[in-house]
Amino acid sequence: MKKILTSIIAIVTVLTAFTSCTNSGKTNGKSGALSSNVAEKVYVAPGEHDEFYAFISGGYSGNLTVYGLPSGRMFKEIPVFSQFPTSGYGYSEETKPMLNTSHGFIPWGDSHHPDISQTAGEIDGRFIFINENNTPRIAKIDLKTFETTEIIEVPNSAGNHSSSFVTENTEYVVAGTRFSVPIPQRDMPIKEYKGNFQGALSFISVAPETGNMDIKFQVLMPGFNYDLSHPGRGKSHGWFFFTTYNTEEASTLLEVNASQNDKDFIAAVNWKKIEEYVNNGGGTMMPADYAHNVYDEHTHTATSTMKKEVRVVNPAEVPGAVFFLPTPKSPHGCDVDPSGEYIVGNGKLSANLTVHSFTKMLAAIEGEKFDGEAYGIPILKFEDVLAGSVEQPGLGPLHTEFDGQGNAYTTFFISSEVVKWKLGTWEVIDRKPTYYSVGHLTIPGGNSRKPQGKYMFAMNKITKDRYLPTGPEMEHSAQLYDISGEKMELLLDFPTHGEPHYAAAMRADLIKKRSQKIYNLEDNKHPYAAKSDSETKVVRKGNEVHIYMTTIRSHFSPDNIEGIKLGDKVYFHVTNLEQDFDVPHGFAVLGQNTSELLIMPGQTKTSVWEPTKVGVWPFYCTDFCSALHQEMQGYIRVSPANAATPLKWSMGEDIE
Amino acid sequence: MKLIKNLFLVFAIAVFFCSCKDANKDVTTTSSEVNTEALSKESGQAFIKDDLGKPTVLSIAIGSKDHTTLVAAVQAASLENALVNAGPLMVFAPTNEAFVALPEGTVENLLKPENKNALANILKYHVTPGNYSKDFLKKFKKLGQANNDYVKIEVVDGEPIIGGAKILASIKAGNGIVHVIDKVLLPPSE
Repeated sequence: MKKILTSIIAIVTVLTAFTSCTNSGKTNGKSGALSSNVAEKVYVAPGEHDEFYAFISGGYSGNLTVYGLPSGRMFKEIPVFSQFPTSGYGYSEETKPMLNTSHGFIPWGDSHHPDISQTAGEIDGRFIFINENNTPRIAKIDLKTFETTEIIEVPNSAGNHSSSFVTENTEYVVAGTRFSVPIPQRDMPIKEYKGNFQGALSFISVAPETGNMDIKFQVLMPGFNYDLSHPGRGKSHGWFFFTTYNTEEASTLLEVNASQNDKDFIAAVNWKKIEEYVNNGGGTMMPADYAHNVYDEHTHTATSTMKKEVRVVNPAEVPGAVFFLPTPKSPHGCDVDPSGEYIVGNGKLSANLTVHSFTKMLAAIEGEKFDGEAYGIPILKFEDVLAGSVEQPGLGPLHTEFDGQGNAYTTFFISSEVVKWKLGTWEVIDRKPTYYSVGHLTIPGGNSRKPQGKYMFAMNKITKDRYLPTGPEMEHSAQLYDISGEKMELLLDFPTHGEPHYAAAMRADLIKKRSQKIYNLEDNKHPYAAKSDSETKVVRKGNEVHIYMTTIRSHFSPDNIEGIKLGDKVYFHVTNLEQDFDVPHGFAVLGQNTSELLIMPGQTKTSVWEPTKVGVWPFYCTDFCSALHQEMQGYIRVSPANAATPLKWSMGEDIE
Repeated sequence: MKLIKNLFLVFAIAVFFCSCKDANKDVTTTSSEVNTEALSKESGQAFIKDDLGKPTVLSIAIGSKDHTTLVAAVQAASLENALVNAGPLMVFAPTNEAFVALPEGTVENLLKPENKNALANILKYHVTPGNYSKDFLKKFKKLGQANNDYVKIEVVDGEPIIGGAKILASIKAGNGIVHVIDKVLLPPSE
């Protein structure tokens, strides 16, 4: 008894200590990162929803992950450029065309910079776009279904890095090339790079109603590297800004040879002017090979079309369309503030941040105050366009975001910190360490006229000791900060998936209310759909066997199939008859050389199976769908190639 | 019954302590702030124990008996975390002797807290984002340093001379390279 009492006293004492800590933190609001007050700020009670969505690029996973803020919980991984066995994306017959390119089927991609569609300069939450860096492509994800619905390949581009940022009415999603290449591609000596290679900046139009993408034109720029970009907004709407490096046009050892010039450029592109030029017949159509893949949500099927030409524009032929703004030391991030006045260039080898003024830029253009030209493109004078610079805020500046309150937040890779500074006065207000070596950062609504503020999260490149160790390879860490006060406050540390190159975030309400729950079975236009058990059948066409199959809790129909022979190609077309939210069924057959299928209510998906062995092979539902999930199974009999077994199928009775 | 009585007593005491603490909340806050600061000073990549990986440019400097002045300066300028980053970082590390060769009182003066920024500027002038061998450095005319200034490179008798300093030795690090030099580099801005 005494023992129990002692324990109770100990527990109460400890509890009291914690309680008083909480109280003192609350009453004076000066909580450190250790205070439980911070825990409250990120606590989302069971069953409650997060306030913000965050869409974090998966980098070399090729995908896009969906998180909630402030909890840092991951809700979904959306397959985009990589095959995804979890759902069968890129494995099912319907989705294989999504990964088709002019180089053939490519199972993997390197996804980088997600950006959400906008209306009148504000995030509208309809679509999210993301670029593939390696084999240049832009994808569109529909935020109604959270599915990738369109991918367009970008010809003449290589290392699709300064992408995929949208203009303020989503007129265009823009894709700039990192590597300059021969245009058109041809067999030529690498040493002849200078003056011969070119960099394509692609303006991909987005149809207002459907969101369909089409390359409207490509601006063929000098052979620099185009690193990042952002649209003008408000007063600078109609312009697009791209950072460049390697204006030396080196093709080898860039770490030395591309750092010779004190200044590279930010390219300012007046896309409205070029659009007008193109609408009046300007530019030339050149032969090109690129895939355009579109997913139809009624047929549940993607189609891939190879396009044969693209319109290109020589900027020297459109006076007033493109200008160069000298910017120190290989600038990386290129960020435009909510008002559209300031263009921030983060010279990654510079200790200072350079901020250009849009107003001063226009005045310099008006006054024709040029400092020479490069390949016919006028270079403005650095002093004439400079708004100011933030002096030595840290080491290795990369990216800047804005809070809509006149503050900017810049990441510093080498000094591993985020620095808050004031637009206009260029003074540093606060700095907070990140853990460790931060790349991008995101503020909800960051790339828009109206950032939604409240939180900022930093996405790091190095994790080291932040979490329980998992061997040499670790997920990258991210840190969430409260930015509602004068000083930033670290709230949470959470792991991200793949490598998070940038993220887009927004208030949850717009997306939440539109999020689709099921696919209507009546609208299913899939040519192999079976919309009821009575429509199921098995049809042989030569050595192809098509099984029109249905699933409903808790059986497949048919679930006994005979008459398959070695050498046959068996198509399982599986329709999920459920019309109930969050009741998918899965499908897998023993020895299947692709992935499983995960079929949403009302959807049809197809898996191809080429059996290699005679026998009776089981198939089953891979998703725990119901209390009788373990009963949801079937058999398919495979006979020798020369067997006379008749093609028959059944459900609920024996095959006679 | 006795147990319940006792429990009441315990809670009563707890409540008493609780209100006590509230009354003293200024004291509590001060001490917690001190704790936070102490914590951030010793957090970051510089303070991760790693016995297997190649040493960083910082740990090389710390481990060298010829660089005690440099290490003291790095600590005074709170630059430890900048030197353990993924980099790559190339550090030109003046020896203790090189510091001694400076006009008398220079080092003492720079180590004063009020001169932290000037000291950091000088130290950052010794750091290049890059990783080049001594031989390779001959390819450069200048290097862009972390303080935003350039340092000149000349080739004399087949050896690279960095801002007037000779490279005495070079040590490869996990996150770059350390070149030991015989002179302290003074940025043009100082």
